[in-house]
Amino acid sequence: MLHTLAVLVENSPGVLARVAGLFSRRGYNIDSLAVGRTEDPEVSRMTIVVDGDDRVLEQVTKQLHKLVDVIKISDITADEYVDRELVLIKVNADHSQRVEVIQICDVFRARIVDLGRKTLTLECTGNHGKINALEETLRPYGIKELVRTGKIAMVRGTKNNTGYQDIGTKEEN
Amino acid sequence: MQKTGAQILVDSLLAEGVDTIFGYPGGVVLPIYDVLYDSELRHILTRHEQGAAHAADGYARASGKPGVCLATSGPGATNLVTGIANAYMDSIPMLAITGQVPTTLLGRDSFQEADITGITLPITKHNFLVKDTKDIARTVREALHIATSGRPGPVLIDMPKDVSTGMAEHLDPGPVQLPGYRFNHEPNPEQVARAVRAIEESERPVIYAGGGVVSGGAHGELLELTEMLLMPVATTMMGLGGFPGNHPLSVGMLGMHGSKYANYAVSECDLLIGIGVRFDDRVTSKLEEFAPGATIMHIDIDPAEIGKNMGVDIPVVGEVRLALRQIIDRLKPRVASRWRDKIGVWKKEHPLDFEANGQLKPQEVVREICNVTKSNARITTEVGQHQMFTAQYYTFTRPRTFISSGGLGTMGFGFPAAIGVQVACPDETVIDIAGDGSIQMNIQELATAVNYNLPVKIAILNNGFLGMVRQWQELFYNRRYSYTELDNPDFVKLAEAYGAVGMRVSKKSELRSALEETLAVNKPVVLDIPIEREENVYPMVAPGEPIHKMLG
Repeated sequence: MLHTLAVLVENSPGVLARVAGLFSRRGYNIDSLAVGRTEDPEVSRMTIVVDGDDRVLEQVTKQLHKLVDVIKISDITADEYVDRELVLIKVNADHSQRVEVIQICDVFRARIVDLGRKTLTLECTGNHGKINALEETLRPYGIKELVRTGKIAMVRGTKNNTGYQDIGTKEEN
Repeated sequence: MQKTGAQILVDSLLAEGVDTIFGYPGGVVLPIYDVLYDSELRHILTRHEQGAAHAADGYARASGKPGVCLATSGPGATNLVTGIANAYMDSIPMLAITGQVPTTLLGRDSFQEADITGITLPITKHNFLVKDTKDIARTVREALHIATSGRPGPVLIDMPKDVSTGMAEHLDPGPVQLPGYRFNHEPNPEQVARAVRAIEESERPVIYAGGGVVSGGAHGELLELTEMLLMPVATTMMGLGGFPGNHPLSVGMLGMHGSKYANYAVSECDLLIGIGVRFDDRVTSKLEEFAPGATIMHIDIDPAEIGKNMGVDIPVVGEVRLALRQIIDRLKPRVASRWRDKIGVWKKEHPLDFEANGQLKPQEVVREICNVTKSNARITTEVGQHQMFTAQYYTFTRPRTFISSGGLGTMGFGFPAAIGVQVACPDETVIDIAGDGSIQMNIQELATAVNYNLPVKIAILNNGFLGMVRQWQELFYNRRYSYTELDNPDFVKLAEAYGAVGMRVSKKSELRSALEETLAVNKPVVLDIPIEREENVYPMVAPGEPIHKMLG
């Protein structure tokens, strides 16, 4: 099962290597990882999508907690949350196809951000499923280049997740 | 007043209570060595950086204080790596300081540049690359705090040369502020209550005590708890000395080369109380059949150990000493006497023993060392058969007296570690029980022992083989002794060449007197003890078997 972790880390050099290294050496699977700084310039937030059962997730969380640069970990999978991913797609669109591609764009509320003689470049945000659907729909036209940011997520409502209070690891089985 | 970074480093170490470091000079640590030249910080010069790391590790294991080692950049730093990994696996508080090329040359594959913070990422509790001279004092304080608190471990500080030569004000860095570094001291009362209930309801409890008892200083509480319930105590190799080996409730070591009665007790218990342990594969062997009918309790400071290898029914997360104290305070004394009697029968029926014959056996040598030292020496070992014989046949009665590489299994650890132990405990007898293979992995440290007149004794159980590997070849590879037979140098002459004393036991009957003579010399001594060549370590759990099925 896929879990979405919101991880606050010190904005220090090497922190990404520490987190990524932990995942690889303990054999955990990262589905996606997005990182950037938060409202506090000294703190970065990673959104990590991990594949694993509850036992794996418990270990991932506990091991991440042992990294000195990791301030807080929240598994928001079970919460109501907003998640978004951004994709840029350069797709074949010569004269005969251009109108169709633009129509698809409208359906997905994607924006055209660049165009060449034979291609269009689209930008689209949405959740994982929507981005996948757009990709599949455009595939028959010939995707020349595609880049995705990986998912970022935030819990809905007024609950704030970036405070230093820790909701803790599950110590009890 | 402005000081150089090197001066701030050395002064910070002294301010944090470090009085001794082990190291080896080189290009980019020249500014630091220039400060050490007339500093009150004692520096022990080893002959290899690996020796410095193991000596710092041995110093830490014997004293409970952090061990500090220092090396130059590049090869100096990479030579520390085995020693750092060794300390990491056994949770030993260590501070490794490495020089680094100047910040202006970082990342350019400069002469003697190695990305040591990158290399040591998976084998340190944390590491630092100091980029500004004014950060040194705070970094030293944080590094020592991280190394020694919670579950201890090695921390590395990488010091570029221009940071060492740069000038800054040396200000007290104030209290440590690390928002991401937290651990539970006090166990959760709910967990303690569940633990107490489980102990009171159990009829066949067994304690499985590990290195956490030793490093957490919980040996007193362990003894108290044991005597309240009169239940057997099995220790891991790392736990030896955490419970007196001569106590009637001790069943010795469990696991691959544990005693039969320890493994039987664990296999048939209804409550297994793991204390400062990590359910390592050398203990559990086939995990599905480890303590199969038992409720599993696990007391540890590190929450990540709970459920890492083995499913746990009753976790207690916190300092082992505090957890045991709280359990003791709530527990009603009670004796599982039938269970105790059953273990007594197993002890009689399956004693730890070996077949004596005309040849000198390694077990006899260890037993004799134990007799001559009255179970009271600090013993280090290398890794292999001699290590297991020592764990089995030397009776350890005090914590921090058995110093051995557990998790990493590092041949070449024992001798430099013994040097660190002797530095920490100048008035005690320190003996490295070694094999003829392992001792040659850091033999160069004889020069260190002689230089500083550290009267470390080395007893080489010499069978002319890499004995443990040979044993596995005998049992599992059809006696094809591929590259395990050793042509050794003359260890007596080798010792003499270094200025140490060399002796050899040529007859079985000379063993006792040779040992006594060795201990009487106030100099480093190498005692070469030729033993039966193809003795095996038994009992033994073959790989993949449950621990109650033992060979031998």
